[in-house]
Amino acid sequence: MKVSRWVWGAASLVYAFLYLPLAIVVVFSFNDSALNAEWVGFTLDWYKQLFHDDVMIEAASHTLAIGFVTCVVSTVLGTLAGYAMYKYRLRLLPVLVLTPIAIPEILTGVSLLIFFVMLNMTLGLVSITLSHIAFCIGFVAIVVRSRLQGMDESLVEAARDLGASPITAFRRITLPLIMPGIIAGALMAFTLSIDDFVISFFTAGVGSNTLPLEIYSRVKVPVKLNPEVNAISSLLMLLTLSLILIVSKVAPSALRAGGD
Amino acid sequence: MRNLSTRFSRWLISGPPLLYLLIFFAAPSLIMVFAAFRIPGDYGGLVPMVQTDDAGHTQVLINAGNWHDFITFENFGRFFEDSIYAQLFLKSFWYAGLTTVICIVLAYPLAWLIARSAKKTRDLLVLLVILPFWSNFLIRVYAWMIILGPQSYFSIGLNKFLALFGIAPVTMLFSEFAVIVGLVYVHLPFMVLPLYANLEKHDMALLDAAQDLGANAWQRFWRITWPLSLPGVWAGTALVFIPALGMFAIPDLLGGTDTGMIGNLIKQQFLDSRDWPFGSTLSIMLTLAVLLMAAIAGWAGSRKKERA
Repeated sequence: MKVSRWVWGAASLVYAFLYLPLAIVVVFSFNDSALNAEWVGFTLDWYKQLFHDDVMIEAASHTLAIGFVTCVVSTVLGTLAGYAMYKYRLRLLPVLVLTPIAIPEILTGVSLLIFFVMLNMTLGLVSITLSHIAFCIGFVAIVVRSRLQGMDESLVEAARDLGASPITAFRRITLPLIMPGIIAGALMAFTLSIDDFVISFFTAGVGSNTLPLEIYSRVKVPVKLNPEVNAISSLLMLLTLSLILIVSKVAPSALRAGGD
Repeated sequence: MRNLSTRFSRWLISGPPLLYLLIFFAAPSLIMVFAAFRIPGDYGGLVPMVQTDDAGHTQVLINAGNWHDFITFENFGRFFEDSIYAQLFLKSFWYAGLTTVICIVLAYPLAWLIARSAKKTRDLLVLLVILPFWSNFLIRVYAWMIILGPQSYFSIGLNKFLALFGIAPVTMLFSEFAVIVGLVYVHLPFMVLPLYANLEKHDMALLDAAQDLGANAWQRFWRITWPLSLPGVWAGTALVFIPALGMFAIPDLLGGTDTGMIGNLIKQQFLDSRDWPFGSTLSIMLTLAVLLMAAIAGWAGSRKKERA
């Protein structure tokens, strides 16, 4: 059955609705006017200004450091969780892995805030990183588990029959087969961490800004003009979208596993 | 021996992530539940139950006689006594519900187009839906601050158009309208993906048969496609409604003074009023609302699946 012209038209409008706002931010980042109102002319001034903005640079370095640690730790823990959920019949682990993804982020954020303060921990980069790992484990675990489910188990059995120890069989057979899933999970964890706003907002405390927190504090006061925000937003979008494009090449099913 | 080593490796593999999530997810959640029954401290936080003096001696302040100086049910009483909290919950349900309905309407043509495309185009079209979801959440909200701002091409154009009919100019930013637009924009991909996954499985022969029997396009949609797609619609509803219900940043940035949602009140209790016990109470109520919604969506979705 052919798709009617009406469906094509409606779907194109919805695609435009999805992309036009993002395009506008990018276009205005090159606009020679501090107002986000009309196109005046082309400029790279906002990008130049950005590289001299110490606050933004510090926020960017925080974001990348948190993202890197989150990525490494949550990939290891998430891979273990995904493998355990595939291999064994577990009750508690799947609940703990999946719930942080399913509930509104604000609930995770405020409960971690209470938790860190009660432990007398100074809120800052460490508390943000610990929180990010907690919600990234689930995404890695889901991707790794779905990769394992698509794997041919008889390959492992064959290796075992030929005398390989369980550890050798895992290292030589299972691990290389699920590697695309692990890489995809790692890139997703990194992306989720550098993009996170809500959980960072509650666990950051004072003086430990990340890029999304810095963007928030600048756009929250609309009176102040912030053409730099367009520039940093465009760069951040470029980074995360390229990471996700890589994920879609490495493990095409990974993104959908995260989505549904 | 073999049994023992299996059990050992099982703990070795599932132990580390389990331990991490027990400490950094389960424990904080439980502490939040207990915090709802505590009394706020003088400078925020909670009234301490344990005190350590300068010499390092720790003293437990709470005992059987004075426990109600530390533990209270008042926070829940406060929630149910004043109707403004119930109203706020209702308003948040209304925003999340309206968002869900608009997402269904917008997602349907998209999901249908993707499901009926050739395999190669299909992957590309799905990717095009997923990509905006993975770009920064705040930037996506900020983009609408630009579009709906009073100086934007869109606002000026719309107001010129309205003036043709003698209608007074409208301001779109910082309004209920802006909040709903933001909520729909951010959550739309969550509706498209499950709906597409469902529509993809439909047997097209059913529609051909209906057409042969004289059903028009409208009848074919409402009598065949829509009822068969309900499990997908319910899955998408859970994925859109639940995060939308707990949102605070969108009303914060796009809304006005009277468009706050539950999330904004929770944020205010924790960061501005510093009344943690009441903030925790509100968070528990939000959790209950989320569980209720997940249960409804799960039940309705599986019921439709059985009949289909």
